[in-house]
Amino acid sequence: MYLYDSYDQAMVDARVEEFRDQAQRRLEGRITEEQFRPLRLMNGLYLQLHAYMLRVAIPYGTLNSRQMHMLADIADKYDRGYGHFTTRQNIQYNWIKLEETADLLADLASVEMHAIQTSGNCIRNISSDHFAGAAADELIDPRPYAELLRQWSSFHPEFSFLPRKFKIAVIASDTDRAAMKLHDIGIQIVKNDAGELGATFYVGGGMGRTPMIAPMIRDFVPLDQLVTYSEACLRVYNRYGRRDNKYKARIKILVHELGKEEYTRQVEEEFQHLLDQGVEPPLAELERLRPYFADPEFTDGPKNVDRSDPEFALWVARNTNRHKHDSYVSAVISLKPLAGIPGDASSEQMHLMADLAKEYSFDELRVMHTQNIVLPHVKIADLHALWTKLEAAGLGAPNVDTIEDIIACPGLDYCSLANARSIPLAQRLSQRFAEKGRTEELGELKLKISGCINACGHHHAGHIGILGVDKKGTENYQLLLGGSEAQDTSMGKITGRGFDEDGVIDAVEKVTDIYLDKREDGERFLDTYRRIGMDPFKEALYD
Amino acid sequence: MTDQSQNQGDIQDWGTSPDQVQFRFRDDGIADVPAVTVDSCCDQTNATAVRIEPGDDARELLPFLDRLQLVEVNFPAYTDGRGYSAARVLREAGYAGELRAVGDVLVDQIGFMRRCGFDAFAPDKPINEDDAKTAFARWPEVYQKTTDARIPIWDLRHE
Repeated sequence: MYLYDSYDQAMVDARVEEFRDQAQRRLEGRITEEQFRPLRLMNGLYLQLHAYMLRVAIPYGTLNSRQMHMLADIADKYDRGYGHFTTRQNIQYNWIKLEETADLLADLASVEMHAIQTSGNCIRNISSDHFAGAAADELIDPRPYAELLRQWSSFHPEFSFLPRKFKIAVIASDTDRAAMKLHDIGIQIVKNDAGELGATFYVGGGMGRTPMIAPMIRDFVPLDQLVTYSEACLRVYNRYGRRDNKYKARIKILVHELGKEEYTRQVEEEFQHLLDQGVEPPLAELERLRPYFADPEFTDGPKNVDRSDPEFALWVARNTNRHKHDSYVSAVISLKPLAGIPGDASSEQMHLMADLAKEYSFDELRVMHTQNIVLPHVKIADLHALWTKLEAAGLGAPNVDTIEDIIACPGLDYCSLANARSIPLAQRLSQRFAEKGRTEELGELKLKISGCINACGHHHAGHIGILGVDKKGTENYQLLLGGSEAQDTSMGKITGRGFDEDGVIDAVEKVTDIYLDKREDGERFLDTYRRIGMDPFKEALYD
Repeated sequence: MTDQSQNQGDIQDWGTSPDQVQFRFRDDGIADVPAVTVDSCCDQTNATAVRIEPGDDARELLPFLDRLQLVEVNFPAYTDGRGYSAARVLREAGYAGELRAVGDVLVDQIGFMRRCGFDAFAPDKPINEDDAKTAFARWPEVYQKTTDARIPIWDLRHE
């Protein structure tokens, strides 16, 4: 994985000092909260319901064990012994004191980490495929391109006060594990007919109030124009994105209102202009980055496991992904224990995951946008030993991509924007299905819960989505069906009137009953829904 | 857009005066001429100073760059970042006169503004001189190429 050189380190250290100054000025009352707000936000510091929340960037979700140990130490030293892994492949701490934040950032900088641009109206942390460099189906590791864009977007002088936040994802396989088309810019690294690598640009996707799937605006940008093209996309947005209404300020609204063709025309014009400005890094920089992401030294070993222990066999079936080397798999550590808080990990668990990464996965971990952790390169021969240790630590839940693997935002338990609680609902739902022994029978079923319309829990993109709303002062939940964030991206549709907390749990069970009743061979919930449509589900829910 | 008659009738409201400029990184004499709107600038062949508001298209000024001594870019609110693009557009087109950031210009933005080509600053509220000095010198190096002649990190790596 990427290691900072002295330049990168100096930039991050400078940022820590800058924030120390800013926080000091705020604590001394020399700047107002209003003036401090965008500064703390550009350092990932939010004021939540009970305390400050700090979001730490994990570029493209990749960590080494030293970094994971530090995240655990930070949880102990500055928080309450926990961290919360997020849908942006980051980690958040919910109980941070302003007085201590600069010290925390200095601790992060000591392991080549930061909280730069994890909030605010700027280019956020770049996300990517959590199986990058490991997946059997990828064209090439997308992370060198993500790292190039990380550096380009860090402290960008022109794009630090955009109309609204800006999220970029980079993938390099046809299987989309990063919800790429639901980003402000989604980039897929592809090969053209001449065998050259380049980037396909999708611009203007997003969830939130107005979910949109990003249209493709350029099928092939040569690799030595990647930054220039990105810069053109951003400049058109910075100049013409709406600033009169924060709910219409994302780039998806600009692309939608101008139309894809007109937005593309303006980008191409700006791009032609910028090509003469020499803003592109030398291709040698990309060549410098690539070796950091080179394969570790894989060795041949057994290609199968002994599945005689049914619990282990279930975990292997559910929680491992095919690797490009046939003696390895990528193993997913579920952070969705039964009735747990989705994405939460204690400092002990973080230390253990770090140790296991060191022992079994070439010192590498990944954070998934589904709020789980991946050990990307595990020898098949080591799987049983790994699983045994995970089980002992309460990290062996065999439920990846099942109805228990729920994505949930922090909701009303923490967030000042939320209308309804998400976490308790996720806990009750996973319990309900586990108790009934339904989980396995239902197979792949992605359930996602957001506590408000901002959609941090990706409810639009869930096979089943739940949206918390405020109905005359009480929490109410709308149910959506048919969303997907994968390569077959689609937006869920609302079933009809909402439910109270008990009601929505029953409703989820009813729609799964319909699925089990109507499904044909090999169909997932989503496939059945797409085939039979909304009506049978509606009938079951409301008649 | 402000119409021209309003602009001419109330010229004192337009543009900053030299004594409002707190920081300036130029050796030439400071222009002491009132700035006009972008619309007026395009209509009046003799205007030598212009003021860009966030909604203006800086590219409309490109045919007149030779005669301009001063371009003011107004930041009514520091959160509105359109002025950064306006500045770069002008510098990329070769504008060499004074580029002055005016309005809600705060210490935490002046480093970014400098990189986008601003070489004069007339903040509504004066900035603490020591804080400003620290802010202008904040970044040991930079990642991006702009027109400010700083060599980006990725070029330093491959010298």
